[in-house]
Amino acid sequence: MSAPSTDRLRPRDEAEAAAIVRWAVSESRTLDVAGTGTKQGLGRHIQTDATLDLSALSGVTLYEPAELVLSARAGTPVAEIEALLAASNQMMAFEPMDFGPLLGRPRGGGTLGGLMATNLAGPRRPSAGAARDHALGLRAVSGRGEAFKAGGRVVKNVTGYDLPRGLAGSYGTLAAFTELTIKVLPRPETLETLLIYGLDDATAAKAMSAAVGSYYDVSGAAHVPFVLAGRIPALALAGTSVTALRLEGVPPSIRHRREKLEGLLGGFGALGHLEAEASSTLWAALRDVEPFGEDLSRAVWRVSTAPMQAAAIGAAVEAAGGTCFYDWAGGLIWIEMPDADPRPGLVRDAVTVAGGHATLIRAAVAARAALEVFQPLDAVTGALVKRMKDGFDPSRVLSPGRMYAGV
Amino acid sequence: MSHEAISAAPSAALSQGAVPGAGEPGEVPHALVMPEPKREVLARRGEIVADLRAIVPGEGVIDTEIEMRPYESDGLTAYRQLPLAVVLPSTTAQVSKVLAYCHAHGIRVVPRGAGTSLSGGALPLEDAILLGMGKFNRILDIDFDNRTVTAQPGVTNLGITNAVVHEGFYYAPDPSSQIACTIGGNVAENSGGVHCLKYGLTTNNVMGVEMVLITGEVIRLGGQHLDSGGLDLLGLIVGSEGLLGVVTEVTVRILKKPETARAVLVGFPSSEAAGECVASIIAAGIIPGGMEMMDKLAIEAAEAFVKVGYPLDVEALLIVELDGPEAEVNHLIGRVSEIASGLGCMTLRASTSEEERMAFWAGRKAAFPAVGRISPDYYCMDGTIPRKALPRVLSGMTEMSEKYGLACANVFHAGDGNLHPLILYDANKPGELERAEAFGRDILLLCVEVGGVLTGEHGVGVEKRDLMPSMFNEVDLAHQQRLKCAFDPESLLNPGKMFPQLHRCAELGRMHISGGQLPFPDIPRF
Repeated sequence: MSAPSTDRLRPRDEAEAAAIVRWAVSESRTLDVAGTGTKQGLGRHIQTDATLDLSALSGVTLYEPAELVLSARAGTPVAEIEALLAASNQMMAFEPMDFGPLLGRPRGGGTLGGLMATNLAGPRRPSAGAARDHALGLRAVSGRGEAFKAGGRVVKNVTGYDLPRGLAGSYGTLAAFTELTIKVLPRPETLETLLIYGLDDATAAKAMSAAVGSYYDVSGAAHVPFVLAGRIPALALAGTSVTALRLEGVPPSIRHRREKLEGLLGGFGALGHLEAEASSTLWAALRDVEPFGEDLSRAVWRVSTAPMQAAAIGAAVEAAGGTCFYDWAGGLIWIEMPDADPRPGLVRDAVTVAGGHATLIRAAVAARAALEVFQPLDAVTGALVKRMKDGFDPSRVLSPGRMYAGV
Repeated sequence: MSHEAISAAPSAALSQGAVPGAGEPGEVPHALVMPEPKREVLARRGEIVADLRAIVPGEGVIDTEIEMRPYESDGLTAYRQLPLAVVLPSTTAQVSKVLAYCHAHGIRVVPRGAGTSLSGGALPLEDAILLGMGKFNRILDIDFDNRTVTAQPGVTNLGITNAVVHEGFYYAPDPSSQIACTIGGNVAENSGGVHCLKYGLTTNNVMGVEMVLITGEVIRLGGQHLDSGGLDLLGLIVGSEGLLGVVTEVTVRILKKPETARAVLVGFPSSEAAGECVASIIAAGIIPGGMEMMDKLAIEAAEAFVKVGYPLDVEALLIVELDGPEAEVNHLIGRVSEIASGLGCMTLRASTSEEERMAFWAGRKAAFPAVGRISPDYYCMDGTIPRKALPRVLSGMTEMSEKYGLACANVFHAGDGNLHPLILYDANKPGELERAEAFGRDILLLCVEVGGVLTGEHGVGVEKRDLMPSMFNEVDLAHQQRLKCAFDPESLLNPGKMFPQLHRCAELGRMHISGGQLPFPDIPRF
C-alpha cells in the first residue's frame, strides 16, 4: 500500500499501535511518533512516510491520590491530568512547561506521552526534578513492533534497568509510549515571590546561589535582565532587572522564610515582593518562556549549565546581539537570537567552555534539518546510542533522525 | 536460552550443575544457576594474573586464596565464590586497560564497591576477575556555589556528607549501610534510604558520571548541570547493577541540611490503623522527611536492645519526621498529631529536643541488629507494595510465618511502601535457611501480586534474579537485555546478575516480522 507523507495512522489501542509498527518494518516505512503534534517543531526536522498518531490512546487508567501515583494512556491530554490532580490538591511537581507560546501554538495542547518523550520540566526542576524523576513505569511499543512494559507503579523500585527514566527524553526514537505511570505530589497551599531589583547577571547568580543554598526552601530562582523584564507583565513596571525567588508551602512557613531571606539577601539590592496570584502568573510566564513568544522567527536555544557558569554564556550571547534570561538559579538559560540565524558556533563554543548542553528549540525548518539540534555526542557515546537504536529499533522505523542523524 | 552451571544449596559454596526452570512459585529450595565458567580462562589463570600485574602493579592484583577470601561474598553471605583474581586499580587509566584486556581476552568482570550489597550484586564468579574500586577513595571537588560534590566511586556515602557538613550541606540518599557503602555502589544499585519519598533515590541526586565501558573506552555523562542534552544514558546507568560499565567518578548534588527536624512517635492498636494514618498524612498534602513503621516483634526487639522508651503495648509504631524551616515543622507536627489522634492512636509523643528525636530513631536504626540479638540469623527482604495493600500483605505474611514455622519482624518505609520483612531463622538447624529463602520468595511474589515490585532498594542481583519473570514477561526482559547488548554484547560485565537467562545478543537482535499487510485495515487514518 502507498503511504503518502501526510498519512496519519491513529491506533485505538496498544495492539493496533504494535501492528502499525510491524507493518512499517515489513514495508520499510518510517513513522513520526506523535501525540497531538504540539511539539512537532522540536528536534531535528525529519520527513517520514506516515505519522503514528497516539492521541486516541487516551484516558487516565489509575489515580490513587493517597498512593501519589497516576497512570494514563500516552495520548491523554496534559490539561486533563492537571485538572484531575488539582481537584485532589495534587500536581506533577516537575511543573511541565507548555511549548505553546514559544512555538506559536495554542496553550494546553500536549499529551502525557509527549511530555515524557521530551522530558519536560519547569522552574521547580532543581528541587523537584524533571519528568524523568517522576517516571515510575511505562508500556510502549518498540521499533520491533513489540509491546513491552518496564518499571512499576510504586515510588521505590529498582527491579531491572530503569527504562522509564532512560526512555524519558528519547523523542519517540526508541519506542512509542502507550501508557505511563508517574509519581504525583501534593500541591503547595500557597506561594509568594521575593524580588531583588537591579542586579547584573553575575551578581544575580550569586544572590540565587545564596538563596537556594539557604535553609529556606526556595522552589524557584530566576533572573530576568532589564531588556526582557518589560516583556513580562508581572515585572514590566520594575524598570530594571529582576531576580525572583519563589517560596511555596503553608503560610506560616512562607512568612518565616521570607523574613529570613530578606535578611540574607537585603545587601544585594532593593527588595520587592509578589503575592500568590501575581506569583503564579510570573512563574507560568517564566516556565513557558513567554518573553520569547513575540517574534517567532527568532532562533531560540535552551542551555543547561552549572549555575555559576551561566553569566559567562549570557555575556557571549549578548555580545552577539541576543538576549537571555535565567531559571534554575542560573542552571537553565533561555536564549533568543536577534534574528532567525541560530549562530550555533557561538552557542556551542560558549557551552563547551562552561560545561553543559545546548538544544536548539526554535529555528526554521532548514536550520533544524541541517544543524545538530541536540548537544553533539562524542564518538564513543554516539556509537553507544546507535547500538541502543539497533536494539530497540533496528529497522529505523520510529522517528529516525529526530535526535541524531542515523538514529 | 543457554542456562548453565551453578546450583547452590544456599548455605554452601556455589557448585556447578544444570538446573531447569527457575522462577516457579513454591519451588524449594532455591537453586541458583550461574554462567558456566569458561575453561579456557581458568586454564590461563597464571598468565592472566601476570598480564594484570603489568597493568596494576604492586599489591593491586591478588591471587592467593587467603587474600581473596574477604571478597568471596558480599552482604548476601549465603552465597560464596572465590574469583579468578582480585584487581584493585587506582586510576581510570588502569580501569580502562584492565577492561580492555578482559574484553580482548573474553574474561568476565565483577565490579565491587564496599561489598555491602544485600542481593549478591558483587558475588564473584570463578572465571571472573573481581574489580574492587576501594582505592578510588578521594573527593575530587566540592563546589558549594553550584551545590555539587565530585567524588571517586570508592568514597563512602557518608563520606560525601562529612565533606560538606561544615557548611551545613549534606548528600540526601541515606541507605542504612551509609557508613560503609560507597557512592559507586549506590550508583550501581540506585540506593535509597529513609528519606526517599521527599528527597529521592540515588538517581534523583546523581548529576554526572565518568565511566569505563567494557571495551576500555571512557565516557562522561552529565556533569554539574541538570538533565541530559539528549538520550538519558545517565538515567539508565544508575541502578544497572554493574552490568553496563564501571563508574570511575560521580558528581552528586548536595542539599542544605534542613533548618530543623522533629519527629512524632505514634503507637497504634493495629497495623491497619497505622497504615491509615500514613495515607491520611499524605492525603493532607504532607510529605514527611521520613515515615517508618515497625510491627510488634520489631518494636520489642528494638526496645530490648536500645531502651529508648518505645511503647510495648501497641501493635504498630510509626515514626513521622518533619524537616525543614522551623515554623513549617512546628506547624506540620501539629497537623500530624491531629491526624494521628483522630485515628485512635494509643500513644503519641512529639520530640521536643534533638536528643529525643535521635532516641526515636535509635530503635528503628538498630532494628536489624536488634533482631539479630533475638535470632541466630535473619534474612532481610525488600519488596515494595502499594501502601493500601499493606493489610493484605501483612496477613499473608502471618500465614506464611505459620506455614514455614519461622517468625518474621517487619520494618517498613511506610511513606514509599518499601517493606523490609526480617525472617528469623537458625542456619545451624538443617533446612531452616531453605525455609527462610522460600518464605522470602513467597513474600516477594505476594508483593508483585498486589501490584508491587520485587525490590525497592536492594537490587535484583542473584537473589531475586530468578523471580524476574513474575514481574516481566519474555518480551519485557528481552527489551531490557537489548540495553545490555548495546553496552556489553559479549556479556562480560557481571553476568549471572539481574537476568534469569543469558540470551545471546545476536539472538535478541533478530527481527521476527512476517507478512506485509497492515493487519488493521480499519485503523482510523487522516
